[in-house]
Amino acid sequence: MNVSNLFKIAIKALGNNKMRCFLTMLGVIIGVGAVIAMLAIGQGSKNSIKAQISEMGSNMIMIFPGGDTRGGVRQSSDDMQTLKPADYEALLDQSVNIANITPTVNSSGQWVNGNNNYPSQAQGVNTQYLDIRQRKVSEGEMFSENDVKTAAKVCVLGKTLVDNLFPGGTDPIGKVVRFGSIPLTVIGVLDEKGYNTMGQDQDDLALVPYTTVMKRMLAVDYIQGIQASAIDENRTEETIAEITDILRTNHKLRDDQDDNFTIRSMQELAEMINSTSSMMTMLLAAVAGISLLVGGIGIMNIMIVSVTERTREIGLRMSIGATGRDIMTQFLIESILISVTGGLLGILLGAIATWLIKLIANWPVQIDPSSVILSFAVCTLIGIIFGFYPAAKASNLDPIEAIRYE
Amino acid sequence: MAKEIIKIENLKRYFKVGDEIVKALRGISFTIYEGEFVTIMGTSGSGKSTLLNTLGCLDTPTSGEYYLDGIAVKGMGKNERARIRNRKIGFIFQNYNLLPKTTALENVELPLLYNSAVSAKERTERAKKCLNEVGLGQRMLHKSNQMSGGQQQRVAIARALVNNPVIILADEATGNLDTRTSFSILTLFQRLYREGKTIIFVTHNPEIALYSSRNITLRDGRIVSDEYNDDIQSAEEVYRNLPVEE
Ligand SMILES: Nc1ncnc2c1ncn2[C@@H]1O[C@H](COP(=O)(O)OP(=O)(O)O)[C@@H](O)[C@H]1O
Ligand SMILES: [Mg+2]
Repeated sequence: MNVSNLFKIAIKALGNNKMRCFLTMLGVIIGVGAVIAMLAIGQGSKNSIKAQISEMGSNMIMIFPGGDTRGGVRQSSDDMQTLKPADYEALLDQSVNIANITPTVNSSGQWVNGNNNYPSQAQGVNTQYLDIRQRKVSEGEMFSENDVKTAAKVCVLGKTLVDNLFPGGTDPIGKVVRFGSIPLTVIGVLDEKGYNTMGQDQDDLALVPYTTVMKRMLAVDYIQGIQASAIDENRTEETIAEITDILRTNHKLRDDQDDNFTIRSMQELAEMINSTSSMMTMLLAAVAGISLLVGGIGIMNIMIVSVTERTREIGLRMSIGATGRDIMTQFLIESILISVTGGLLGILLGAIATWLIKLIANWPVQIDPSSVILSFAVCTLIGIIFGFYPAAKASNLDPIEAIRYE
Repeated sequence: MAKEIIKIENLKRYFKVGDEIVKALRGISFTIYEGEFVTIMGTSGSGKSTLLNTLGCLDTPTSGEYYLDGIAVKGMGKNERARIRNRKIGFIFQNYNLLPKTTALENVELPLLYNSAVSAKERTERAKKCLNEVGLGQRMLHKSNQMSGGQQQRVAIARALVNNPVIILADEATGNLDTRTSFSILTLFQRLYREGKTIIFVTHNPEIALYSSRNITLRDGRIVSDEYNDDIQSAEEVYRNLPVEE
């Protein structure tokens, strides 16, 4: 018996029951659509994290005050003051793996220029910040080492702040603005970067010498963190070890004492976020997969009904020479056609859903070709698995009894 | 001497129903030669259908020998029997058993779909030829459910002819039809007989024996008579003389 004839027979049989056929497919369509959309969301967010990380510099290392909080132990305010400018200076002097390094100390407040004001932060950094974060000054210039030394009252503004404080389009360079009560001279404007892949405005930023923030704004002797970049991103591990050594020595920690600072590398962070988002994706895909399973059961259900309904037809086919194998193949083809057609429509639905998600919610999405291939393969498999029992049932019918069936 | 198409020897078929054994066929022997038009008669339950199913390789006898077209059917597997049905037998049923929502042409093509030696082109040609033979040349593309009972049975006959079977087996082929339509179908069978086809026609209606060349009567699974008919009546004549119903 040739399979192409059985194909014709199966297509014809399905065509006789279009509505039922479509409703049966619907389960698979929704299941596959959901799987595709979920995986697209997962893949999209993974990609955006990756992009974000490389945007920020994958060789970046951040040092925070206080011990490792991953264990969930609460931090006292003392713990938050363990990093001092001396730590930064020690790293600057002693480390061989660090390319650039800056202390960070931020103050929140209101930026004011005459009648215009804008709530934001003053980020206290040194001159190397620009290299670490891969930023540039597009107008004017960055503050100097000397400005840092003297805690000069100067600032470099991001585009968002410029737009809000100088709405008329006046040149901000040389103008004096206030942050809280402190007058600062604008000496530069940062290059425009727009929103990052996580939707943060990268131009809502104002850089001030960290000494200015410490002495004139916050009046503190500690810093909130240190950002550094490793010379070689493949040597992040060694760099972290070196930093740990230098800081422990500097803090005079005994061997039995835990670190009173925390070091995070961008790579580590990336892995952490990645594994979280992978887990999330798997969870979503599993839920979607269950709906696919339900779709498969729907196919089996309808095929069983169909075999019962068409008992006489099966009896007739057998009496004119169809073998059990022919009957089995015909019904298997029918269920595979339902599941594969459903799968193809499901892929289409998934693609449309993904596109809508991107359009409406503006989420980063990406359909991975492997997810399409996977769901297609799963559909074919579902057709075979869930079609097998009804098909076997049909092929085992006794022709005499089947043809008499009312 | 004509060719032996069917030869059975002491054929028995017992059914086990619970603890009881139903003896549907209790030892039947006969030989049917090429070109015979045999009616098998008997009251309901006498074993006619069981016999026909066995001859049609749908059922296997409990004991006895069966040769179809010179081939021993006994000991054949399921698939071999399916192949025999496909190549050598034409079945006609009381309730037509056409595929619903399917054209006459496609219904007639059906047996050839299960024969990969026949190309699509040949399939359609042969089906058309058979439909022309049964007088449905104008209705090839009508759906089965849009046809009258008589027309449906003609489609079924065309389907039974399409594989050039060595024997045509009909089980109560006129059982669902009114007298006039029955005679038109019987006329068709007589024409096939004249053309040299071998036919076994099972019926419980004794009148039909008048129109066949040989009549075998069964009772309780045994042959009670096996007679040749020297004076075959013309079904066509009866058909012509029947009043057309309003
Ligand atoms: N599959 C079966 N199982 C049990 N008994 C059967 C079966 N088929 C037929 N019989 C019995 O065999 C006898 C002959 O049946 P059948 O060949 O159908 O007679 P007919 O066609 O002459 O009316 C009946 O008594 C019937 O009940
Ligand atoms: Mg019967």
